[in-house]
Parts: sequence; structure tokens; C-alpha cells
Amino acid sequence: MHAIEARGLVKIFDGFRAVDGIDLNVPAGSIYGVLGPNGAGKTTTLRMLLGIIDPDDGVRTLLGSDRPLSQSKLVGYLPEERGLYQSMRAVDTIAFMGALRGLPLQEGVKRGRVLLEEAGLGEAADRQIRQLSKGMAQTVQLMGTIVHEPRLIVLDEPFSGLDAINQGKLERMIRAQAAKGVTVIFSTHVIAHAERLCERIAIIAKGRVSFDGLVSTARDRLRPQVHLETETMDGPWRAAIPANCKAEGNWWHFTLPETGVEPLLKALVEGKAGVRSLSIERPGLHDAFVAIAGEDAAALMDQPTAGELT
Amino acid sequence: MMDMIKSAYVIGRRDFTAIIFSKAFLFFLLGPMFPLLVGGAAGALGGEVARDIANPVVGVTMLADDSRALMAARTALAEQMGERRFPELKLLGPSKDDPETLLKNTQNGLIAVLEGTLDKPKLIGTAGPIDAWKGEIALLATYARNGDAMKLSPVETQLVVQSAGNNKQKQLLTAQAAQVLVFMLTMLLAGMVMSNMVEEKANKIIEILAAAVPMDAVFIGKLFAMLAMAFLGIIVWASVGFGLVALAGSAIPSFPTPAVGWPMFITLCIVYFAMAYLVLGSLFIGIGAQAATVREVQTLSMPVTMLQLINFFLGMYTVAKINQPIETFAAIFPFSSPFAMIARAAQDPTLWHHGVAILGQGLFALLIVRIGVYLFRRNVMKSGSGGRVKAAGKRKLFGLVSFGRG
Repeated sequence: MHAIEARGLVKIFDGFRAVDGIDLNVPAGSIYGVLGPNGAGKTTTLRMLLGIIDPDDGVRTLLGSDRPLSQSKLVGYLPEERGLYQSMRAVDTIAFMGALRGLPLQEGVKRGRVLLEEAGLGEAADRQIRQLSKGMAQTVQLMGTIVHEPRLIVLDEPFSGLDAINQGKLERMIRAQAAKGVTVIFSTHVIAHAERLCERIAIIAKGRVSFDGLVSTARDRLRPQVHLETETMDGPWRAAIPANCKAEGNWWHFTLPETGVEPLLKALVEGKAGVRSLSIERPGLHDAFVAIAGEDAAALMDQPTAGELT
Repeated sequence: MMDMIKSAYVIGRRDFTAIIFSKAFLFFLLGPMFPLLVGGAAGALGGEVARDIANPVVGVTMLADDSRALMAARTALAEQMGERRFPELKLLGPSKDDPETLLKNTQNGLIAVLEGTLDKPKLIGTAGPIDAWKGEIALLATYARNGDAMKLSPVETQLVVQSAGNNKQKQLLTAQAAQVLVFMLTMLLAGMVMSNMVEEKANKIIEILAAAVPMDAVFIGKLFAMLAMAFLGIIVWASVGFGLVALAGSAIPSFPTPAVGWPMFITLCIVYFAMAYLVLGSLFIGIGAQAATVREVQTLSMPVTMLQLINFFLGMYTVAKINQPIETFAAIFPFSSPFAMIARAAQDPTLWHHGVAILGQGLFALLIVRIGVYLFRRNVMKSGSGGRVKAAGKRKLFGLVSFGRG
């Protein structure tokens, strides 16, 4: 069962293919990350999935419906460009956002107060948005995204502009929602967030999906890296070391051969290499991203926007 | 459909409460006071000026007997026809100065000089006064020449309550007054509707709204919020107005009963105001939704105001032309229809065509909303171009005209 399915989504702006045939499958109940550098087409893709804009080509279903807005009561959405009515009270803002999704206003006010208390912002409930700090206002908007208890939460660059403490709070909130069975999909250009949170990811670059699947599958595209220190520099064990390995003194760095770790260990022991240190390092998502999307895209991913923490 | 109405209600409720609980709403309520004050002051000043310039003086250089007879004729005729029907006469006697010199003399303040005899008067002056007073001078000279032989017959008068011709004429006045009132109210709100969506875009809330509810609901909710605010304002203004009428008593001019009767006429005025507002408002909110900044809204407001004025003038022009082709066109054309139909309500007792007109105007407003929503979805939500358009330093309004970013 997929919370979101998309086939061949295309969006063209003034002749420019911002999204160029994207396929996505977001399993229900998963935390799903959409990774890509700025301008890759993440926001446009999310907007099409939510029905804010219509694709020029392709089909998408959201919670089983090909009319995404018809499911809006079951969806929570935090856009990349945060915005709130400045003269509205914090609790009213949350209730209003809930009301947009069908939650009765009074119930929204009640839940809003509870959510703000839980977030440590109980005292700010009756203050106007303009009187809150940026971080507090962002928290209020996040509360408004979940106040109606949606089945699917879509967050567009949710960590952008948050300090480390609030990023941690947001990560906990995402995990808590997922633990309740809620599907969470978020876009980010910071790989670390996706690596910590996601079971599945899509990597988008230049309007196309380069990868869609489990984080572990993405990592498995790269062979583990072996870092070996030996007492001897030569011997019959050298036959087990790949020819293209990188040698630094007694250190040997190489990709684990496809035959696996056991034949390597056997050769080292039987060949009396005198193993001082051996570590087999699984590649990180960053390495996988570089391998999948390319160095250029990875370089763009690693550039946080001003004031942003990674 | 119910979901759409509920969503529009949520949007409308938010806008309505945000407006009426803002300090700016007080200024909105006081708004009509300013034109009244300015109008009052300008009227008093204008009246003073008018009094000064509305008494044209004609210098008379005829012989003494003719001049006296002419003056006596003016006095006699002015008693019957009204003082302002005739220019003032200034008896100069035969002058050695030529008429042009007399006219140039600023101390005389003459608009024309009358010379010659009663049989053959000659009026000298510039084109305007000559055309305006030629006939009156001829009448005065004829009366002066014939004296008692031309004594006016006394007219016996009897007052009746109604006359068809008089009623028709006065109903025109009612129609025009209602048109002006509805137009003023519509105009007052139009600019506010137009800039309404800019707030959402400036606050970046628009995407939250667009993701949660159909944009139709956003447009409709906003339109009705402003309409509700307008009605609240009208209730306040009407209450103050009735209070002033009660205080002023008979000093306020009374309007004749409209053809459909007062209760129906007032009802129709309210409905047509709502329809005029919805038809124009749906257009303005659609245009305003395309604008990214207040500056763009200000730029767009000029042609929009012109459009409003054209529609109003069309309604005004056809007010006395009921059932003529031009009036039928004005009644059908959605933007002028509310104004034209108000004029009909004042002069024509038929009711069924109001039902048709209101239905047509409502459907047209919905159509305009749909087009506005389509353009909004097509042109506004497109940050996904990866900054390509922005980077080029240009962007497009309605997807048609390129603007440099200022």
C-alpha cells in the first residue's frame, strides 16, 4: 500500500522542464526523504503530489485518490516558504490551519493549546505571531500542520532556518508521527537529515529521479571500504588485495572484493600478513548520493543556505 | 460542493474577523465622512463662487427712454419668470467709448453691451454670452417696446398629488441616485478586494491555503468576507444616515416612490450592490491574485478604475432609455447590468427580469472566479523553475507580458 504514487510527472514552466518524468512510490507509514540540490524540482514535485498545481503530464495518486485536494483533510503540509498571519494569535493560527483541513475551530483551539504546551510554548498561545521569535513561529506552523491528526505529512525543507535544538525537536516529532503510523515525506538538500530519519529516499536531480528505494539499497550500490594495517609488507596474502588498492605505509585502503570478507580474512591469516588493524566501513548516504547523482549535485547539496545548520 | 462552501466559510470568517477587529476598520467606517466633508466644503465654496459669477451684467448704451423702458420690462418679466432668467442691466447711457473699450474695462465687469434702439437692438460681446442671452434680450426689447399691450395673462394654478410625466421624471432621479450610491460603494471596495490576495502572498500563506482547499474556495471566501464587511459598513452608515435624516427632517429632499415600490426597490438595491460587487470583485481578485506586490496592484488599479467608470457611465447613459437596444445591452452586459437593472427597478414595475439578471450576474461572477483560479494555478505557483526565470531578471504577468524586476 502506497500513500503516494506518481508516474511520469512532468511540469514545464515557460518552456523549462522543471520536473521531467518523475516516478515515486511512498509506502504508507514510512519516513520518506526527497533529496536533491536547490532547483532540482523537489518543491514542484511536492506541489504536484498535493494538487497545488497540476502536472503537464503524468499521473499521481495521494492516499488512493487521483484528486489530491479531495484528501486534504488527511494531509498536513509545511511549505518551504513559511508564512503566517502576523496579527493572529498563535493558538488561533493552529486552529485556523486545522479548520482549513476540516477540524472544528473550537477543537482546534483546544488541541492547539495542548500542542503548544507540549512544545514548551504554552505561554505564547495567546500572543500574536508578530510577537514570537522566528523559531517559535515556525514551531507554531508545524503544530498547525499536525493539529488535525493527518495520515500523511508533507514537509518541504522542514529543517531550513531552524537552529540545532529545534532541528532535534523536529526530528523527534517526525519519528513520533511515524511511530503512530503516519506517513511522513520531506524534502531536503541536507543528506544527514535523510540519513538519520528515512527508511526510503528519492534522489532528484535536474527534474528526474535518479534513485527511489531503501536507504540501505542506495548504500549497497557502493561496496564497503576496507582499511587494513599489516605487520608485513609482502607475502602470498597480497594476492587477496585488489590491485587498485591505495597503500600508505603499512595501511591498505580498498573496496571489499565481491567475494566478500571471508576469503580476504582467510588469505590474510594463512598468508601471515600480521593484521594489526582491520575495519570494514559501510558507505554513507553521502557517498551513495555522489555515486548516484554525481559530484556536481553533491557539491550543491553540501552548500547550506545562509544561517542554516546542517 | 458542501466542502467547498465550508472551506470558503473558513477563509471568509478569518478575513472578516481580521478586518473588523483591525484599527484600519475604523477608518473604513469613517471613510464616507471624508467625501461628505470635502463635498460640503467644496459645495459651500462653489456656491459662493457661483453667486459671484452667475450674475452676468449687460451694459446698455441706448437712449435714456429706451433704457428706462428696457429696465421696466426686465423688472416686470423677472417677477413672472424669475430673477435669474435675465442678465442684470447696467444703464450706461449713450457713450463716447466704443463697445469694445467698454467690454475691456474691468471695472464695468460687462459680459456684453446693448446698443441701438428697441426696434433694432444690437448686442455686442463674445460668442458665449451672445448665444446665451440673445433671446432674452430680444424678449426684453419686445416687451419694452409694446409695454402694456404685451401684459402677461395671469395663470390660475391647482396642485394635484400625481402626474405621470412628473413621476417619470422624478423616478429617473431615484434611479440615478441609487446608481450613484451603488457605484460609490462598489468603487470603495474594489481596491480593497484587489489588494486582498497580495497580503496572502506577502505573508506566504497562499501555499498553505492552496494545499488545503480549492483555490475557488479561497477566492469566494475572500469575496464574501469583503461583502460582509461592506454590509456591516452599510448598516453603520445607514444608521447614521437615518439619524441625520431624523434630525434634519424636511431639509432632506424626498425621492419619489420607485416603480417596484420602496421595500422591493431597497431589496433590489442591496442585491444589485452585492452582484455589482461580486461581478467586479471576482474580476479584481483574479487580477490582484496575479500581482506579486502592492506596486503592481497600484499599477493595475488605474485601468480597473477606468473599466468601472465606463460601466457606470453606460448605466447612467441608459437610465432614461428603458427597453431601447442600448439599455437592453447594458442590462445584459454583466459589468453594467446591476446599474442598468437598478434604473429599471425605479422606472418599470416588472419583476421577473430582475430574477433573470441576478441569476446571470451570479453565474458570470462564478465564471470569472473559475478563470481567475485557472490563471492563478497556471502562473503563480511556480518556484520550481530552479530560479531560472528569476535569474534572468525577468518574470511574467499573466504569463504574457515580461517585466524587469525592479
